[in-house]
Amino acid sequence: MSDEGRKTREVREIRERLSGARGPAFWRSLEELAGTPGFQEILHEEFPRHASEWAEGFDRRRFLQLSGATLALAGLTACTRQPQERIVPYVKQPEEIVPGRPLFYATAATLGGYAMALLVESHEGRPTKIEGNPLHPASLGATDAFAQASILGLYDPDRSQVLTELGTIQTWEAFSKALTTRLAALAALKGDGLRILTETVTSPTLADQLRTLLAKYPKARWHQWESAGRDNVRAGAKAAFGRYVETVYDFSAADVVVSLDADFVMHGPGRTRYARDFAARRKVRGKPRDLCRLYMIESAPTNTGTLADHRLGLTAGEIPAFALALAAEVGVTGVSRPTGLPPRMAALVSAAGAELKAKRGAGIVIPSEFAPPEVHVLAHAMNEVLGNVAPTPGPDQPEGRGTTQHSEPLEVEPIDQLASLKELTSDMNAGRVDTLLILGGNPVYTAPADLDLSKAFLKVPLRAHLSFEDDETSAYCQWHVPASHELETWSDARAFDGSATIIQPLIEPLYGGKSAHEVLSLMLDDPPRTAYDVVRAFWVKPLGDATGREPGTFETKWRRSLHDGIVQIALPKEGMNTPNSLGSNSLGSWVYRNPLFSILGHAAPLAISPDAVTRAATSIAATGIPATSVDGFELIFRPDPTIHDGRFANNGWLQELPKPLSKLTWDNAALLAPAAAARLGVVNGDVVEIAANGRSLRAPVWIQPAHPDNAVTLHLGYGRRRTGRVGSGAGFDANALRTSAALWSVRGATLTKTGETHPLATTQEHFSMEGRHLVRVGTLEEYRREPRFAQEMEETPPRDLNFFPGHPYEGYAWGLSIDLSSCTGCGACVLACAAENNAPVVGKDQVMRGREMHWIRIDRYYAGELDDPRTHHQPVMCMQCEQAPCEVVCPVGATNHSSEGLNDMVYNRCVGTRYCSNNCPYKVRRFNFLKYSDDTTPVLKLLHNPDVTVRSRGVMEKCTYCVQRINETRIVAERESRKIRDGEIVTACQQACPTEAIVFGDINDPRSHVSRLKAEATNYGLLEQLNTRPRTTYLAKIVDPNPALGAAGLEEAGHEPAPHGEATQSEAPRGEGEGS
Amino acid sequence: MAQIFHRSTNSLSRVTIYAAVFIAAGMGWVLMAIDRSPYTTGEGVILKQPVPFSHEHHVSGLGLDCRYCHTSVETTAFAGIPPTATCMNCHKTIWSDSPTLEPVRASFRTGQPLRWARVNDLPDFVYFNHSIHIAKGVGCVSCHGRVDKMPLMRQAASLKMEWCLDCHRHPEQALRPRAEVYDMAWAADDQIAQGAKLKREYQVRSARDLTSCSTCHR
Repeated sequence: MSDEGRKTREVREIRERLSGARGPAFWRSLEELAGTPGFQEILHEEFPRHASEWAEGFDRRRFLQLSGATLALAGLTACTRQPQERIVPYVKQPEEIVPGRPLFYATAATLGGYAMALLVESHEGRPTKIEGNPLHPASLGATDAFAQASILGLYDPDRSQVLTELGTIQTWEAFSKALTTRLAALAALKGDGLRILTETVTSPTLADQLRTLLAKYPKARWHQWESAGRDNVRAGAKAAFGRYVETVYDFSAADVVVSLDADFVMHGPGRTRYARDFAARRKVRGKPRDLCRLYMIESAPTNTGTLADHRLGLTAGEIPAFALALAAEVGVTGVSRPTGLPPRMAALVSAAGAELKAKRGAGIVIPSEFAPPEVHVLAHAMNEVLGNVAPTPGPDQPEGRGTTQHSEPLEVEPIDQLASLKELTSDMNAGRVDTLLILGGNPVYTAPADLDLSKAFLKVPLRAHLSFEDDETSAYCQWHVPASHELETWSDARAFDGSATIIQPLIEPLYGGKSAHEVLSLMLDDPPRTAYDVVRAFWVKPLGDATGREPGTFETKWRRSLHDGIVQIALPKEGMNTPNSLGSNSLGSWVYRNPLFSILGHAAPLAISPDAVTRAATSIAATGIPATSVDGFELIFRPDPTIHDGRFANNGWLQELPKPLSKLTWDNAALLAPAAAARLGVVNGDVVEIAANGRSLRAPVWIQPAHPDNAVTLHLGYGRRRTGRVGSGAGFDANALRTSAALWSVRGATLTKTGETHPLATTQEHFSMEGRHLVRVGTLEEYRREPRFAQEMEETPPRDLNFFPGHPYEGYAWGLSIDLSSCTGCGACVLACAAENNAPVVGKDQVMRGREMHWIRIDRYYAGELDDPRTHHQPVMCMQCEQAPCEVVCPVGATNHSSEGLNDMVYNRCVGTRYCSNNCPYKVRRFNFLKYSDDTTPVLKLLHNPDVTVRSRGVMEKCTYCVQRINETRIVAERESRKIRDGEIVTACQQACPTEAIVFGDINDPRSHVSRLKAEATNYGLLEQLNTRPRTTYLAKIVDPNPALGAAGLEEAGHEPAPHGEATQSEAPRGEGEGS
Repeated sequence: MAQIFHRSTNSLSRVTIYAAVFIAAGMGWVLMAIDRSPYTTGEGVILKQPVPFSHEHHVSGLGLDCRYCHTSVETTAFAGIPPTATCMNCHKTIWSDSPTLEPVRASFRTGQPLRWARVNDLPDFVYFNHSIHIAKGVGCVSCHGRVDKMPLMRQAASLKMEWCLDCHRHPEQALRPRAEVYDMAWAADDQIAQGAKLKREYQVRSARDLTSCSTCHR
């Protein structure tokens, strides 16, 4: 892997092979395509890179020590006696707590200020697992990876535990005295010099407190800064309509979507609901109607792009030109088509424009949060002219029609946050700031580099920082106050659709953290109130007012709101969405019936100012289509897909979750197109020096297929200088190149090869299955012509072709179906599984050895050409084979077949021979090479799911289909002398999936959801030719490209007899399964 | 040089060689016996408890139902150990100055829970559920023995896996009408015949189902 000349040659060879290949080769990495020796090694070793060998070198002395120890341990461990356990009952048992039975509480987690409604499982007072709230329209029971991982954040042993003043431990009382003394002095000046800096706020209570504070100190100022913020969305709306509005899209009503770089399934306040609605319109069942067609125009490759029917990779600088051309195409007045469009762009503009016009009122043009405001103006204009915007409801217009709706802003104080931060910085530099109170956020780390915020900080006499960890900003503040986690405090927040959720605590603050409400209450109330009192007092009015007539109903409504996780204000019953029911309860009707809008305000009739459109068009036309490759590279900044803006840097689950596309863990990298990498002569892991605007940084390169040429994507959030043990030393800080003039992209960067290398831990080649037709893709047209195309790709041996007698399945037979059309690759299932099943974090070094312990991996396949491949995701967990190769090779009977078809894993029998893993064609078994589970750190013990064994060293483990949930549900059903109902058992992965791609159930019941899915024509099993009879099967991915554009990259989607990459197979010895 | 060993050791070594098989078997038997002995299993061992609570007195003497204290036995995996408040329901007035009960009163006074020694302790990788056994008609006495005759609580069975499996393979030997589950003294005239009938009636799952590993381990 060290010979660079060879590597460059390999890239060339890959191209040649691809251009000569007949069918679409599905490939996971460039190394696979090239068939490099490194990849071959990975393929043929069960665990790559000598994972099974002694890693730290081996000498005679060590050998003797170990063999001695082994003998001693083998003889003695069996002789330990069970330790005496104690039972510690309550003194007075709380009414609702029954030991052994978990309770679920509705609450919410916020990201970027917006709420995601949650149900949190609590075992005797300790929260252990986060689920989505099925009653909440923004969640419908699903979550994303951030929400799943936030429970680990709660128990993070590195989070800030003490209040400090200049590094010495202080008390809350001392802080409160210091603050109130200061305020008393400022009161005379009407608060002049008092500044509050927050992140985006949607919390009505916090807003109320801040407004009261500003009323009390009229000269005080409130600033906001969110690093991965929505300034462009706000600026676009303001330019278009003259004021801020919130725009919500209803994908369930859309027949065509044009996304202008918007990663709407992964990013933004509506991501889980958008993913659900969009995926529902892409599921192919029986005789389907046309799918909701997606045209994706993207810069940095996104997960949404992997779902697209047509994808066009452009640099971020070219996206406005595309928007302009599309606006002209659909007939926005005052806009003319820019000249000199490249042919691919022109073709897509015509096709997408024609389709948008043909499907008037059922289209969506959705701009990215990272696209400049002009693009937002044009998108608003396009949706308007295409009739996509729902009319404002009135007495005679009860229900909204259309796909796009505007409402009053949900943010309490929508402002230009960058301008706000700039103003704060210049005021600090000018000495106009006396007291700075930072409520959350880490501005010293996240602020654009040119503001030099840390220097400005030092000119402020009193600085206090409320934050979850002792971070870069805390280092620049005299006072650091540990913040409480959202599972520890009372608060409230609003979701993208406007509904409010009261955040209720599941546990007392572990380390005495305080919430922003309590800090503000210090400044407002005498005596200061608790967060509970503050939040409850705020809601008395909205909840009381709605009924007024009946005194005493506040308590009922308050409790109801807490119970349901959504604030109840005369909530109409039919407005409540239930999972799996789109139809008339679609998002559109929900938003319109949501009574919060009638209290907090529907947007009054809006009109797009024609001037704004003209201005936007002129501005874009003036820039034109940026000439390619003349002014160096374009830098694209994006929040990291797993650690966001750096706030999750110390979260091991999110650090180890492979990034959806690059499959990198524990690092960020400079993402480059293969062509650009070839020009620079760099390969994965080579460190380049990136210079722009007179600043520079060093970053390792990652070659990302589908990345636009002449651009580099840098993910924010890494390179944290002051964080816990997990996040320290991971990655580089892309903020160093990010300036306030160009937050999301900048042109004119230069890349220089340094000759250094940096090891990157990627899982893209781990657990490769050497087989054919793993992921199967077809077009809707192919499906209509030949619905069983996916099944016909491989032969399935007859059931009786078996050496062993088969297993009868008389009762339940559990099975799982995964719809590849719906999978967005977001990774929520991976973390949901880790949380439910106590899967450990192993660290970068172990990941590089292929020892990651996730029970689900999401295989990401590329298909087609190197620069513009199609991307597919395929979650793979234990297939629970009916004729399981693992079971027959276990010498100690540690893996056995259950009567319901599960491949049971018995940890306490396992002696770690790993034969089972060796014999598993799907590579889904995970071995505890070391003792990865942390059962010594006291606080982390609280996190473990008590229903699942915590595995120790030397034990094999794998997906169990969440057997603890099966057993629990079965016991309830048996107690009630009935059968388990379909849908009663929900596996952790299924529960978290935003798109309902995963369905679990009884395949012996022909009417169950999973049986119906398995009866679909697109249903197929992985490596079925091996006669393993997997219980997990897949529904082939169906895309629906516009016939006018041709189905690029999809022709003969696997219809060739042996279309898998010639490159790998020509050199690889054939696996045993290939003869069947 | 003088002989180190006397001639008589020759016969000793011969005997040893011939008896090796028996010695090995004997050692195996000893190991197995140790493994099954109360020393290892804890069967019949009386543990030191904060209060010498007598099940005999409370159950057969006073006639308390099991569920008065073990409240969640019908609904969850864990039968439930009563909070101090349950003890104090009566002991506020009865034996309210007994020195034996001082730990109970102290717990109630200070809010510090009592710390009982766990008598029936399954390994942590075994997930036993009380509620389903009760629902299927397994009497308390089947596993816990004649608690009503135990002045001090002890473990009545070995709790070894073979002991669990014996019943999971042949549940009819332990099934009784649901109404008799809590009756310590109840006995069927023909346990096997009635058990087989109840097994059908209560839809007890097959031995194959009940001996799948994931029934108890996960």
